[in-house]
Amino acid sequence: MQVRSSSVIAEPRIAIGDLDFYYGEHKALKQINLNLPDKQVTGMIGPSGCGKSTLLRVLNRMYDLYPGQRAVGKAMMDGINIIDPDVDLNSLRARIGMVFQKPTPFPMSIYDNIAFGVKLHEKLSKAAMDERVEWSLTRAALWGEVKDRLNSPAMGMSGGQQQRLCIARTIAVRPEVILLDEPTSALDPISTLKIEELIDELKHDFTIAIVTHNMQQAARCADQVAFFYLGEMVEVGPAEQIFTAPKEKRTQEYVTGRFG
Amino acid sequence: MSDSPEHLVKSYDTELKKLRAMMAEMGGIVENQVALASLAILNRDTEAATKTVEGDQRVDALERDIEQFVIRMLALRQPMAADLRFIIASLKMTGDLERIGDYAANVAKRSIVLSQFAMPFPLTGLGQMLRLVQEQLKSIIDAVGAGDTDKAIAVWRSDQAVDDLYNTIFRELITYMMEDPRNITPCTHLLFIAKNLERIGDHTTNIAETVYYAVRGEVLPDVRPKGDTSAYAVVHPKE
Repeated sequence: MQVRSSSVIAEPRIAIGDLDFYYGEHKALKQINLNLPDKQVTGMIGPSGCGKSTLLRVLNRMYDLYPGQRAVGKAMMDGINIIDPDVDLNSLRARIGMVFQKPTPFPMSIYDNIAFGVKLHEKLSKAAMDERVEWSLTRAALWGEVKDRLNSPAMGMSGGQQQRLCIARTIAVRPEVILLDEPTSALDPISTLKIEELIDELKHDFTIAIVTHNMQQAARCADQVAFFYLGEMVEVGPAEQIFTAPKEKRTQEYVTGRFG
Repeated sequence: MSDSPEHLVKSYDTELKKLRAMMAEMGGIVENQVALASLAILNRDTEAATKTVEGDQRVDALERDIEQFVIRMLALRQPMAADLRFIIASLKMTGDLERIGDYAANVAKRSIVLSQFAMPFPLTGLGQMLRLVQEQLKSIIDAVGAGDTDKAIAVWRSDQAVDDLYNTIFRELITYMMEDPRNITPCTHLLFIAKNLERIGDHTTNIAETVYYAVRGEVLPDVRPKGDTSAYAVVHPKE
């Protein structure tokens, strides 16, 4: 097992400061202060509606698609405030990729699923694109399973494979941050473990934030864990501390299954 | 340890209560074993001695039950935070209690042999040690039940007194043996008895540390100095 607690001091890749978020009149996030340390996994836990998924949506500006939703505060990456309206969304989303609860492959071949996003950002030769597709699929631990059928439709893959394809698609554009919104809640235990193993691999190169309802998963995957409740971030700390000796009473009640 | 609201899953609470009850039962039996062993020595009461030894079977059986119950809870409940600490603490404390029971039984067995010898000297120091060890054991078993860390710290600190008494008794018994070789057999038994009591004190201290961790989620701040210096009582180590 890795020693995780010592590594939490790393530089923040994203520094969230005094962040508020509104769905119309409803304030869904209240004064969030949280750092996503570089090349580490941050787990976000909390009951439904606590704001953890909302925070992920803020970080790659998903909310821009919906009128009436707005964010106030700071989410700094390399001196740029992610929620600044002037930020170029295409390049932001190339830097901050997102994977959702349900696998969402495009109705095209496995190869094209990967190549599609890359083409939006880069002009690559056929050979370079082939190389990129192989690299992404290898990093997503899928290459061995699909290398002989890259031209078959992605929809024909199993759920676990589809989700790894979505991860491959996300890393194909070589982002800095990967946001995972309950990436394994629709998968069987074996596929889930494969994704978790993948997360362990990917954190060498990427900064990762994962929202999960599965506390054991957060305990297994995350370096630091943040607990959210009713739009507030109650506590953040090394995973080991949150699950063995949390400081806040509400965290304690949630992780032990006493929430009422 | 029990001021939190109830779990959403009620059967989990039932299991935690059962574990607490098992720990309390084991603590009670072991406490009684030590009390009986004390009577056996001080009053030369062989019936008490026999009862002490008989208690061992129940203690061993309870230890096995608690171990299995804890493994079951770890696998089925995947406990977290304070629950996890309490369940793991129970596993550790049941081991300490079992050892304490063993030492009590050993003391009782030796008391039967001792009762066949005339005792030409008083057992004041040993009586004091027995009383102190019993007080601490009672105190720590209460602390386990109530999750009382102040009490646990008090017990943890007072083990020094047991160690000091042990060192005094050690020197005293050596003197008796030098005075008259016929004292060697009873004094050797008394020495083992005193050592067993000192070990009971150490396990009581372990339990104090475990309770502290289970309740507070942090380990006791500094290492308590080891008080048994009898190893150097006759031959001093070279500088």
